Amino acid sequence: MAGHASKEIDSSTLWGGKISPFSTSYGKMMMWFFLVSDALTFSGLLVAYGFTRHACLDAWPIGEETFNSMPFLGHGYPLLYVALMTFILIVSSVTMVLAVEAGHRMDRKGVTKWLLATIIGGFFFVGSQAWEWSHFIHGSEFGKVELTDGSQAIVKGHFGEIENFKVLEAGKHHKKGDVITDDLLHQFHHAVVAGNVENGIITLHDGSKAKVNKKADHGMTLIIKKDGGKHKVGDVIPESKACDMYYEAVNSGTPNRLVYGADLQQNEYGPQQYGQFFFFITGFHGFHVFSGVIINIIILMGVISGTYHKRGHYEMIEKTGLYWHFVDLVWVFVFTFFYLV
Amino acid sequence: MERDDIIEYSLDIHHSEEHGKAIRTKIWKVTALLTAITALEVVLGSQIKQSSDYWQAIKWFFIGLTLIKAAYIVVIFMHLGDEKKSLKYMILIPYFIFILYLIYILIVEALAINSVWTLNVV
Repeated sequence: MAGHASKEIDSSTLWGGKISPFSTSYGKMMMWFFLVSDALTFSGLLVAYGFTRHACLDAWPIGEETFNSMPFLGHGYPLLYVALMTFILIVSSVTMVLAVEAGHRMDRKGVTKWLLATIIGGFFFVGSQAWEWSHFIHGSEFGKVELTDGSQAIVKGHFGEIENFKVLEAGKHHKKGDVITDDLLHQFHHAVVAGNVENGIITLHDGSKAKVNKKADHGMTLIIKKDGGKHKVGDVIPESKACDMYYEAVNSGTPNRLVYGADLQQNEYGPQQYGQFFFFITGFHGFHVFSGVIINIIILMGVISGTYHKRGHYEMIEKTGLYWHFVDLVWVFVFTFFYLV
Repeated sequence: MERDDIIEYSLDIHHSEEHGKAIRTKIWKVTALLTAITALEVVLGSQIKQSSDYWQAIKWFFIGLTLIKAAYIVVIFMHLGDEKKSLKYMILIPYFIFILYLIYILIVEALAINSVWTLNVV
């Protein structure tokens, strides 16, 4: 019979029917079945992403333009952070396979050590993803701008810091002459979106009006992401014109000319679906990593208490290992198709 | 305990210290390779812009590298290479048939939609 082991196999390995199809254990084969179905789910998501992207084509955000920040270092490091995340996940996959190898030698200490390392790697990855999400949601200082001709552009360059708001007209909380130094960028963004900034004068929540004192921006360029009357997708507006066009929109006093950060309705990077796919695909993957970490923790407790040692084999490590490698495998594809190409 | 009933496959299959060493060497080699590929991808990705003439070639190069990485993860880390042929094919063939079809049909459809939208705008 196909897949039927030709010689006798010890009874603990045989399935209930006293044969061992494909010469593998029941648990491992079922894990493979699950992984194939999960792989199809992820492929479905990534292909749906590809579909939307090819339907939008030029307007789609570019990975190295969108993801170029590093913790503590700021902007200008394209793809480095995701590369670091990828590396962390690959290393945690390696420690997992080393745990499996230690299991084959019945080396309980080795399994404990490598499994623990895998769990730590997993937590690092989930933490990195949290940082990435937070960064994606908060967005850049510039945001996305709608220009006079109706085209939309993302903004590159260094944002000059806002130094303070000097109150010119008193409101509920502030007196004339007050200098506000708290939470400036957040208030500024809020006011710009609401259309409460006109000619460098910001109207604050309490109704007071203040002058915005801001350092100059450097190296600003605009990259058009949506066609308008004058500009087409892909046009790059050089520094000489970019600043005037950008601040014309910021100071226009009309609401919703700018978008900062991302939510499910809109985002500053590109089409609405881009944000939705980002949240869903990386979120679904992050959820897999998180459940993988939980499963590994449960298995680690079994290893420490000697459950598998008494059983005479560490096959459980192989099964959870399969799941963990699969999570790494999915990330390899997410990395390529979401960030790289 | 001496066992004599384990032949082709067993849950209790254990390997020796030397064999383990060989396996570990292989694992570290694969790690180095995967890391090198990722580093190469990042360097190329950040240096070559999508507006570049070479972009199409680079894109397919990236996809090729990704498939190489995936193959190493599946064959070495997930030990699919050590499984029986029948199990390998049972996992790979249905998956590839379905996914290649899905990729083909959706990308073709997406390009068609894009051309219609572009026409309407102009």
